[in-house]
Amino acid sequence: MELAQEEQDMLDGKYGEAVKQSMNILVSLGEIFGAKRLINIASVQIAGVSYHNLGEAGLDYLSDLARDGKVRVLTTLNPAGMDMENWETLGISPEFAEKQIKVIDAFKRMDVIATCTCTPYFIGNNPHFGEHVAWSESSAVCYANSVLGLKTNREGGPSALASALTGKTPEFGFHLDENRQAEITIEVKAKIQTIPDFGALGYAIGKKIGKKIAFIKGIEKASVEQLKSFCASIATYGGTALFHMEGITPNKTDIPQEFVEVSQEDIDNAKKDLNDDDAEIDIVAIGCPHLSLKEVEDVARMLDGKKVKKEMWVCVARPVKQTAENMGLIKIIEDSGAKIACDTCMAVAPLKGRFKGLATDSAKGCFYGRGKNSFKTKFATIHELIEEATK
Amino acid sequence: MSQIIEGRKVMKGRAEGEALVSSDGISFYGGVEPETGIVVEKGHPLEGQCITGKVLVFPTGKGSTVGSYALYQMKKLGKAPIAIINKEIETIVAVGAIISEIPCVDKIDIEKIKNGIKITVEADEGKVIIEGSE
Repeated sequence: MELAQEEQDMLDGKYGEAVKQSMNILVSLGEIFGAKRLINIASVQIAGVSYHNLGEAGLDYLSDLARDGKVRVLTTLNPAGMDMENWETLGISPEFAEKQIKVIDAFKRMDVIATCTCTPYFIGNNPHFGEHVAWSESSAVCYANSVLGLKTNREGGPSALASALTGKTPEFGFHLDENRQAEITIEVKAKIQTIPDFGALGYAIGKKIGKKIAFIKGIEKASVEQLKSFCASIATYGGTALFHMEGITPNKTDIPQEFVEVSQEDIDNAKKDLNDDDAEIDIVAIGCPHLSLKEVEDVARMLDGKKVKKEMWVCVARPVKQTAENMGLIKIIEDSGAKIACDTCMAVAPLKGRFKGLATDSAKGCFYGRGKNSFKTKFATIHELIEEATK
Repeated sequence: MSQIIEGRKVMKGRAEGEALVSSDGISFYGGVEPETGIVVEKGHPLEGQCITGKVLVFPTGKGSTVGSYALYQMKKLGKAPIAIINKEIETIVAVGAIISEIPCVDKIDIEKIKNGIKITVEADEGKVIIEGSE
C-alpha cells in the first residue's frame, strides 16, 4: 500500500502511540484486503460500547488508547449496556454501572460524542451523499450505504476507532463503486406496509440471498422509520451491508437479470418464525433501532391516558428524548408507566434471567432477545404491542 | 527434514511451539474463556482444550467483532496462543492479532498441519515450518 508522508509519520509514531497503533491496524487491514491507499473519511460510528460485550479486555484497550488518542473526525457511539443517567430505574447493578461509566469516560477522553445510539443519523452524524465513512453497527452500516448513499465497510469496534483516531480508512470493499453494484433482483409480490412487514421482508430476503447486494422492486413507498427497521433486519439475518430499492434509495446500479421472488407466503412465514407460540410476555420493548422523533410522538399518542401493566421500554437516543421532552411527549409516556431507555436498548443491556418473553416490533430485537437473553419472542406492530402492554 | 508452507503475513513476529489444530472456526468472544484460554463453545472440536501457549491453527474466525478485544485480554492475562495460523483471515482475528501483537499468517494449507506437531511461524516472511516431517 502506498502511504502519504503524513500517514507514514503516523505509522512511525510521530503523532503518538494511539495514532501509531491505529495506523498499524489500518495499514495491516489494507494490505490483507488489497487496498492501494488510505482515504479520508467524513465520520465514524463505533460499536463495542456495552461493557457486557467489551469486558475487561475492551475497557483496558480503550483506556490504553485514551492516554494520548483524540478523534480527528466526527465520531459517535453505539448503545451502551445501560441508560447512563437512569440506570437504577432500569434495574442495572452498581457494579456493572461502574464499569460502563469507565468505558464511556475513556471514549470521552478521546473526544468521542458520547451519546450512545444505533441511529447516529438521527443525531447529526449525517455526512452527504457519496462521502466515505467508517461505521460499525450493522443496521447503521446498511442504512448509511443504502439509504444515505455513504460508502462504508462493515467495521468492527477496533477498526472503527482506529479510523476515528487517524481520520483514514483503507480503500477496499464498499468504498469502491465497482463493488456496490446489485448482484440479484428481488421482486416483492407481497403487501409491505407496517414496520413488522418491513422487518419480515428483511428476514425473508436475508435468508434467501445472504450477503448478496439486492436490487429490490415492488415497494411503493417506505418511510425513514420503515427503512431503518428493514436495514436492521436484513443486516441481522443476511449480513447485508448494501441494497438498492427501486425509486427509494439514491445509489446508481445496473439491474441484474437473475431474480428471486418474495411472496406473501414468505412474509407470513417470516412472521411465524419470529413469533414463539408459547411466549409468555413480561417485557415489551420498542426502539430497535432507536426511535425517531416521529415514532416517539406516535407512541405518546397511543399511550396517552393509559397505564401499562407490563414492563415496557421505549428506547431512544438522548438528543431525541430531550426534544421529545420539550414537546411534552416524554411525560405522557412516563405517566403511563412505560420507561424511557436512552443510550441503550433491549439487545445490549444485561437482561438475561430478568425476563422470559419479549414483545417487540423489531425483527432484529427478536434475534438478540433469543440469542443473547434466551427470551421467547412476540413480533407485532407498535399498536398491537401497546394493546398487549395495557390490557 | 522440515517442510515449509508458504502463506501471507498478517501480523509480524516469530514463534515456535506445538500446533493445536481445529477443523472449525473459532470465536474468541464467547467461544473461549479469556481467564483460562479454554475453548468453551458447546460441540466445538476443541471444546475443553486450552489454547494458551499453542500455535493455534484454524480455518477462519467467526462471531462477534468483540472477539478482537477478547484476544487482547487473553494476551494481557498471559493466556493467548503464541501464534495464529488461518486458512483465510477475516477482520476479527486480524485486528485481534495486530492489537495483541500475536504473530499471525494466513493463506496456509492447514490440512498439512497435524495436531500436536512442532511448528515454527515466521510471520514476517509469511511462512510456516513443520519440523521433522518426511
